[in-house]
Parts: sequence; C-alpha cells; structure tokens
Amino acid sequence: MATPVNSKFLVGIFDDDDVVLKAVREVRESGVRIHEVYTPFPIHGLDVALGHPRSRLGIAAFMFGLTGCITALLLMSYTEKFDWPMVVGGKDSFSFPIYIPITFELTVLFTALGMVATFIISNNMGPTVKPLMFDLRTTDNKFAMAIDLEKNSLQETAIESILKQSGAAEVNVKQF
Amino acid sequence: MASVHAIPSLDEQYEFTAEAKRRLIIGGVVGVALVAIGSFLLASGVGEHAHEAVQGHGLSEGHEGAHGHYTWMTRFWANVWVNSVYFTGIAVAGMFFLSYNYLAQAGWSSVIKRIPEAMPAFLPVMGIIMLATFLIAGHDLFHWTHAELYVKGGEGYDPIIAGKKGFLNTPFFLGRMIFYFVSWYFLWRILRNYSLQEDLNGGTEYYYKSMKFGVVFLVIFAVTSSTAAWDLIMSIDTHWFSTMFGWYTLASWHVAGLATMTLVVVMLKEQGYLQAVNQSHLHDLGKFIFAFSIFWTYVWFAQFMLIYYANLPEETIYYRERFSGYGGIYLAPFFVNLFLNFVFPFLVLMTRDAKRTTVLLKVACWGVLVGHYFDFYTNIMPGTVGEHGGFGPIEFGMILIFACAFIWSVSTQLTKANLIAKNHPLLEEALHHDI
Repeated sequence: MATPVNSKFLVGIFDDDDVVLKAVREVRESGVRIHEVYTPFPIHGLDVALGHPRSRLGIAAFMFGLTGCITALLLMSYTEKFDWPMVVGGKDSFSFPIYIPITFELTVLFTALGMVATFIISNNMGPTVKPLMFDLRTTDNKFAMAIDLEKNSLQETAIESILKQSGAAEVNVKQF
Repeated sequence: MASVHAIPSLDEQYEFTAEAKRRLIIGGVVGVALVAIGSFLLASGVGEHAHEAVQGHGLSEGHEGAHGHYTWMTRFWANVWVNSVYFTGIAVAGMFFLSYNYLAQAGWSSVIKRIPEAMPAFLPVMGIIMLATFLIAGHDLFHWTHAELYVKGGEGYDPIIAGKKGFLNTPFFLGRMIFYFVSWYFLWRILRNYSLQEDLNGGTEYYYKSMKFGVVFLVIFAVTSSTAAWDLIMSIDTHWFSTMFGWYTLASWHVAGLATMTLVVVMLKEQGYLQAVNQSHLHDLGKFIFAFSIFWTYVWFAQFMLIYYANLPEETIYYRERFSGYGGIYLAPFFVNLFLNFVFPFLVLMTRDAKRTTVLLKVACWGVLVGHYFDFYTNIMPGTVGEHGGFGPIEFGMILIFACAFIWSVSTQLTKANLIAKNHPLLEEALHHDI
C-alpha cells in the first residue's frame, strides 16, 4: 500500500476474528471502500472477503528465480568456456551437468533475496519509512478496520454507524 | 471462501459395476493376447535381425546379464519383473501415505484416506508373482544367482560378485523378499481393520492405535524400501552400486503412488462420488505430486551427477549402457523418463490454477505414471535383456494385464467400505479444508 499523506482515516476496532470477517462483508456490501484490515494473526478467507485481487507474489518469485538461473548459466559458461577455457576432471569446458548445482543455488538465492526485498517494499518497512500504525493493539488482541475517508463518498457519521452496526467495539479517527 | 461450503452427505458406497468389470476383463484379455502375439513373434525370431546389425556397436564388455543364455523367455520374465516392481511400489506407496499422514496427524487427507487404504491389497498378488518369477527365471534375470561365479579358481569365478556373497545369496534373498511382503501386507491389514472398526464404533481409540502401527511401518519401511530397491532392481547390475539407489527408488514409488491416488480421487469425483472432496484437497494432492516429482529429480540427479563428475569406469558403465550401449536403444527411454518425470509435471503443475483444474491434474498424473514405468524400464531392461530389448506387443500387453489386475483389486477394496472414513477424528477438519 502506498503511503497516504494527509489522509483522514476512520478506524473500527473489533474484538473477534469471526466478527471482523463478517463485518468486512457487511461494510463492503453497504458501499464503503475499506483501506485495509489489520489483525494480530492471519484470518482464513479475509483476503477473499476484502476483494483483494490474486497476489502477484508468485510471478515476482518466478521472475527473481529466472534472473538467478540465467545469471548463473551466463556467468559459468562465459568464464569456463569463453574467457578462460578450463578442463576440469577431463570434462569439456562447457559441460552442462556440472552447472546444475550452482544454477539451482543461484536460482534459490535470487528468489529468496528478491522476495525479502519485495516484502520490505510492499509492506512499507524500509529503514527510513515510518509505518502507518492505526492502532497499537492490533499487535496484541484487537482487529482494526481502516477506512480512508477521502476515498469514500459517504459521510463520516454514516460510515461510523455502519461500523458500529456491524460489530465494532469502538470507532476512532486517525490522521496522518 | 472459508466456512461457506455446504457439507454434503458422507455416506457413499462405491459400486464396482458390471460394466467396469467387463472392461477390465476385456483389457486383461487384450493384454494376454498381446503378450501371446509378442512372445510368438520373439520366439519365431521376427525382428531379431535388426539387432544383429547394431551388435557391433554395443558395449558388450560392460554387460553382465544373462548374455549367452538369452531366449525370448528372458524378455517375457524381464517384463513381468518391471511391472511387478512398478505395481508393488504403487501398492506400498498407499500404505506409506497412510502411515506418514497418521504420524503427522494430518487432517486434510482423512477425507481421501480410503483410496490409499485400498491400494496395498494388491501386495500379496505381487509377492507371489515376484517369488514365482525369481524361482522360475532367477538365472535369466539375476546374474549373481549363477553358482560358477563363486567357485574360486573356476572358469567363471568373479571376485567382485563373490565378495558380495554374504548379502546376495539365494536363501537370504528369498528370506528378505518374503519379509518385505509379509511385513508390509500385515501392517496394512492392521491399519485397515482399525479403520473399518472405526467406521462402526467411532471414538479416538483406533486413531491412536493406527498411529502406533503407522510408525512401526515407517521404521520398517525406512530400511526395507532401501533394501528392496537393492534386491529387486540394483542387484540386476551386480557389479555396479549406488548409495542413492534406495532413496531414488523410494522417490519413484512414492510419486507413482501419489499420481495413482490423485487419479482415483479425480475419477471417483467425476463419477459423482467423494462429494466432500473440494478443490483444496485436489490442490494439496497436486502439490504433493509437484513436490515429489522434484524430489525424484533431485535424487536422480544426485546419483547421476556424482558418477558423471567422478568418472570412475566401474560406475559410469551404468550410464554408458543406457546412453550408447546396445546400439543406443535405451537412449530414448532414458530421456522420456527424465522429461515425463521432471519437466512435464514441473511445468504443468507449477501454477495454483493448474493444481485445481482436474483436466491438468489428470494429464500430469498420467505423465508421471507413464514416466515412472520408463524409470523402472531403464533400470531393469539393460541388465536383463540388453540388446534384445525394445518396446513391442509384449511390453504393452504386460502393462495392460498388470494394470487391469491392479484396478480390479483397488475397486474391490473400495466397495468393502464407505468411501469416506466417516468416524475419523480429524474428518471435520478435512471437510472445512480451505487453502
């Protein structure tokens, strides 16, 4: 999520994972756009209820892996075959089977490092970035549903009553 | 989609229809006819002239099989052996799957538990066929059974094979073979009985007992899967050995068993059974096949790579025979094996959607099943029939006979119990399985 600047949020706090899952469906049905839901642990089916599109992490991982794979093959074939041809163990200087272990290692290494980088960037966790914290209790036992008021046409009071109706224990305003 | 599935009825009785039986019998009869035709052609020498031309290129120095004594019967028995090893593996993989799922206390698999449970019933048939084959045609298939190899100073004395006598001798070999089949089969009978009693009485007592016997099986199988691989396959190439071979064969058996299981689940589902199996279960089975295809490749490559790198003549001869030996007839099966067991399932089952699409799942399963037949084919054929190998009516017929018998056995077992283990303590978890 991109960092919103000067945004005003309405934050509904829930006590129970089943309630928040049900609330997400109800709030969306009443036409309110939800910014994000923050939970202390993963809730099954929450991403579906929020209507998030299918994650593209798999594609990213595949691309990182492919990069590592090609890098390894190019590096080894260039050094062993063209730059400084070498005969090791009586093999041809280009012998594909002996490249496979290193190709595998670099594929895994690039994928792992790439996914860590993706994780840090997509979760706003860079060293200088100040993370959005809607409610500190979401790291403990509460569930927070954040609603960006500027992206919703409904009035603040109307959204507040929708949240209350769907089971929010409290509704706070948060300004960044 | 969590907790929004409607849970369908759990009472499902599989019916082994007369139509299905008729088809299996026809399949079996066609198989017998093909084997008869193939045997007749081989016995009358049709196609043999093609081999004479290539014999000059064959690597005869590395071949240690029943060279001088080849008759068409050798190829017949070699085919019986390939199929026996293959279907024994698939049958015992069912028991393996059950056991580690008990050990891991896996919930999701309880809904499809009856399918792996139906597979090991084929083990006694395989055990009897393999014992009979060994007793009848042991000298044709296993070079080490020849007595003259062990006569010191004799003409046929082979110091390397004589050094292995402590392990490779007929009484010990027979004893081990009987132990494998008896221990695998009876441990399966115990789990099966508990499972059937659980259906009637319920409770968690049977679950914990099954877990105990599952662990006993895993401990026994950890050793016997390796030794069975040495005995049934590796000892054919008596001079050669590989420390990866036990793992490699286990991986092959396991993934072939998983593909069979998945295929049965998908087919039952298409016939309207197994209503409680949802896409998440299929996804998990798909992941299993995907993962263990890669595991197989990893072990296959680990074995190949060390031999390739070290380049020791007594080890490389094994791959030499398959690459260019015997006029190169094993080169195609060798690469078909690698393609169907690695490249094909890897690409077909990579995406999430593919694992949830029954058509792609079936395609991948068939690929893996055909691929692992060729795995055992390339392991067994060069050492037994050498340059007389090939792929003709006798091979097709033998696969048909064994496959029809196996399907018959599994179908019969499926009719003996409710298709879903309805009192399994973790069934509730499986019914709500959602990933």
